[in-house]
Amino acid sequence: MGNMNDISNGRRRFLRVGAAAGGGLLVGFILPGCNRKESDRQEAPPEKAVGHAATAVSDRAPGLAPNAFIRIDREGLVTLVMHKVEMGQGTYTSIPMLIAEELAVDLAKVKLEHAPADNNLYSDPLLGGQVTGGSTSIRGAWKPLREAGAAARAVLVQAAAQTWNVAPESLRVANGVITNGAGKSLHYGELVDAAAKLEAPKTVALKDPGAYTLIGKNHARLDSAPKVDGTAQFGIDVKLPDMGIAAVAASPVIGGKLIASNDPKALAVPGVREVLKIGNAVAVVADHMWAAKQGLAALAPQWDAGANAGVSTASIVADMMAKSEGAGAVATDKGNALKELDAAAKGNGKGGRKIEAIYEAPFLAHATMEPMNCAVDLRADGCDLYCGTQVPSLAQGAAAKLTGLPLEKVKVHNFYLGGGFGRRLEVDYVTQAVAFAKVKSKPGPVKFVWTREEDIQHDMYRPYYLDRLAATLDDKGMPHAWFHRVTGSSIMARFAPPAVKNGVDPDAVEGAADLQYSIPELRVEYLRHEPPVPTAFWRGVGPTHNVFVVESFLDELAHAAKQDPVAYRRALLDKSPRLLGVLNLAAQKAGWNKPLKAMAGRKVGRGVSAQFAFGSYMCQIAEVSVGPEGDVTVHRVVAALDCGQPVNPDGIVAQLEGGIVFGLTAALWGEITLDGGKVVQTNFGDYRMMRMNEAPRVEVHIVASQDEPGGIGEPGTAGIAPALANAVFAATGQRIRKLPVSASLKKA
Amino acid sequence: MPTLNINGTDKQLDVPDDMPILWALRDVAGMTGTKFGCGVALCGACTVHLDGQAIRSCVTPVSAAVGKKIVTIEAIGQDPVGARVQEAWRKIDVVQCGYCQSGQVMAATALLTATPKPTDTDIDNAMSGNICRCGTYGRIRAAIKIAAGTAVVTK
Repeated sequence: MGNMNDISNGRRRFLRVGAAAGGGLLVGFILPGCNRKESDRQEAPPEKAVGHAATAVSDRAPGLAPNAFIRIDREGLVTLVMHKVEMGQGTYTSIPMLIAEELAVDLAKVKLEHAPADNNLYSDPLLGGQVTGGSTSIRGAWKPLREAGAAARAVLVQAAAQTWNVAPESLRVANGVITNGAGKSLHYGELVDAAAKLEAPKTVALKDPGAYTLIGKNHARLDSAPKVDGTAQFGIDVKLPDMGIAAVAASPVIGGKLIASNDPKALAVPGVREVLKIGNAVAVVADHMWAAKQGLAALAPQWDAGANAGVSTASIVADMMAKSEGAGAVATDKGNALKELDAAAKGNGKGGRKIEAIYEAPFLAHATMEPMNCAVDLRADGCDLYCGTQVPSLAQGAAAKLTGLPLEKVKVHNFYLGGGFGRRLEVDYVTQAVAFAKVKSKPGPVKFVWTREEDIQHDMYRPYYLDRLAATLDDKGMPHAWFHRVTGSSIMARFAPPAVKNGVDPDAVEGAADLQYSIPELRVEYLRHEPPVPTAFWRGVGPTHNVFVVESFLDELAHAAKQDPVAYRRALLDKSPRLLGVLNLAAQKAGWNKPLKAMAGRKVGRGVSAQFAFGSYMCQIAEVSVGPEGDVTVHRVVAALDCGQPVNPDGIVAQLEGGIVFGLTAALWGEITLDGGKVVQTNFGDYRMMRMNEAPRVEVHIVASQDEPGGIGEPGTAGIAPALANAVFAATGQRIRKLPVSASLKKA
Repeated sequence: MPTLNINGTDKQLDVPDDMPILWALRDVAGMTGTKFGCGVALCGACTVHLDGQAIRSCVTPVSAAVGKKIVTIEAIGQDPVGARVQEAWRKIDVVQCGYCQSGQVMAATALLTATPKPTDTDIDNAMSGNICRCGTYGRIRAAIKIAAGTAVVTK
């Protein structure tokens, strides 16, 4: 057996057992680390999620309101009330594995119930709110869920021991069945009522990794079947009695106002029920989307563009370029990099040459396959929201604020998410839908559906970043001083203001301020610059931009030092054995030292990137060819990953395969531009997605490890852009300092 | 009021002739397995079969389907090829968010019905109209080959 884990902390207990409503065992526990005061933990748990039993658990344990629950019924079925949403990342499969492992039950016996919106009860341990994002699901759940499973098993074993009047140690447990020395057995369902009367253990023994039967082995996704036969319900699929369906148009220029519309013409379209106006947007409610779309076309809304009419990408970037020359808030300051760089410029520093570069990364839309949508049933006595969201409690709060209803009168019905990628961390589409519902004159629910054009033109975009870098090289060609100033929007300042300390947005510098490389003098600054378009998290968040910049610039230094890019990185990783490990693994698997096969009429090249982000170490090597027109084909990507203990390895492979395609789409073609205050791109025709015939072969190699698990939803996306850009350089000699690659190559 | 044959059943729908099949299915017939992605035949999420051919229902009016047979994701499992495709999809866990997969399954079933042993180029040609934002392309290709019997499950 493994180490004993203390699940109490002085007087405060993290875990309790009790009886479930209608019979059965209920284990309530706290996912710790939410930065909440003890006094915040007193609220009653939600009725629907756990029945009255949770209240019973709380009553028996004054001062504890559990925020996660495992219920075991008399049939032995296990239900986990979980705070995480499924948006494709596989959490609905990997999280039950943690419980099933320690509870010693078949994974098929574990069912998930989606947690209702309640920020106090279902906070994410790492994010401190009810959020699915930042590749945190497994990282936050790893310990508490295994402990809860182990505690449930312990009381069930104890109940069996009492039934047979034997020592608990003499019993064997497997697949939800407890067997004694005489060969008699009881399944969990037969023991739940007896177990519910017992006290939770003060300590639990977690399995040694060597004894895992589920963790670390491949398991089929639990949501595959409904997603291949059309029965999976996404927010856009909700059907309610007498529901209207609305098409929406917001002011094309952000900040614009509605000045005119042809309401009679819209209302004359058969099937149109109502026209709704909220100042900066209009909606046409109809019997179906076709009538709503035609009604919206007939409405022909006219807008006053307002103050942003003259905004263009060029004007935003020119402003950024000028302001980025000013000093930023200091994120990292080791040694005296500024002095050293200054000396190098004058030719008398410790390091020799000074190398400088400016990097740029564009605005990006999320373009989830399921366009934004939200159904609202607003009544005098309450409000029901139907949508897919990564933040159910934020949606609830936004609707309560807008309607004036108390929080408990707003109910969020969450669905499968047809892609999240950070887009559904925002509730703008929920707020807009509720605002429309407020001005409705006809009763009944309405589903507000954005067209693809609306979805792309009214996204909240990955910020435009402008990075200034400088470095000096010592006499061996290795970096001595490194300077990096990130200029761009602060998402954290809006999303989670307390996270911004001394002017530094930790997300904006993640992957830049915490380099794994041994560089003696290092200074990283952040300079906030807010564009007139809304910005938001995008898959891979800070590292998606910083890993591109850092790994590209490091490649420039290796080239300047006339050294091999892998060997150069290797020499700088003396203090990061795990990153060195994946670098070596990827180089070996990719055959880094063997030349690529030549292709007639095309230039071929290989590029590398290495990163530590989201708690995981990764190296990617991309193989590309570039045609005479500057067209890039990515043939193969080799990724080596050390994410600690892998939970569901095939799920990890899937996340890297998909994350790499997502990152390649953006790095090759992704670019949202503004002209006359409007977003230029409209649909997949001008906001290009990678397709089947363009997707590379992706090979994933996972390092065997028993360290704490790292995140895997985002690393693939973060590391592919620099591997691609460095491969393009290797092929063509052209350094990509501005994404997307296709635009840079065209201008060259 | 056009009569449409959907999954083997004649249904009279109170819709205008120019209404795209997508909205007739989703908002009138109440069959939401077919997805809205772009509305302009650029993404394939809305793919259904019309007399066995994969079509984009978001740009095909109901008038074009009168007298023909519409098959959607809800019934493709009753087709032996469709059932094999779904089985292969489940076997190697193709799906992630799952939103595009109705269209992918419909496109793959049409491909395998017409070309039982497709080459990689056949797969590229038949499937490149279907966008998957989660990037499951590698697994879609592998699953098609499993359904075709030209590859085995290596998982």
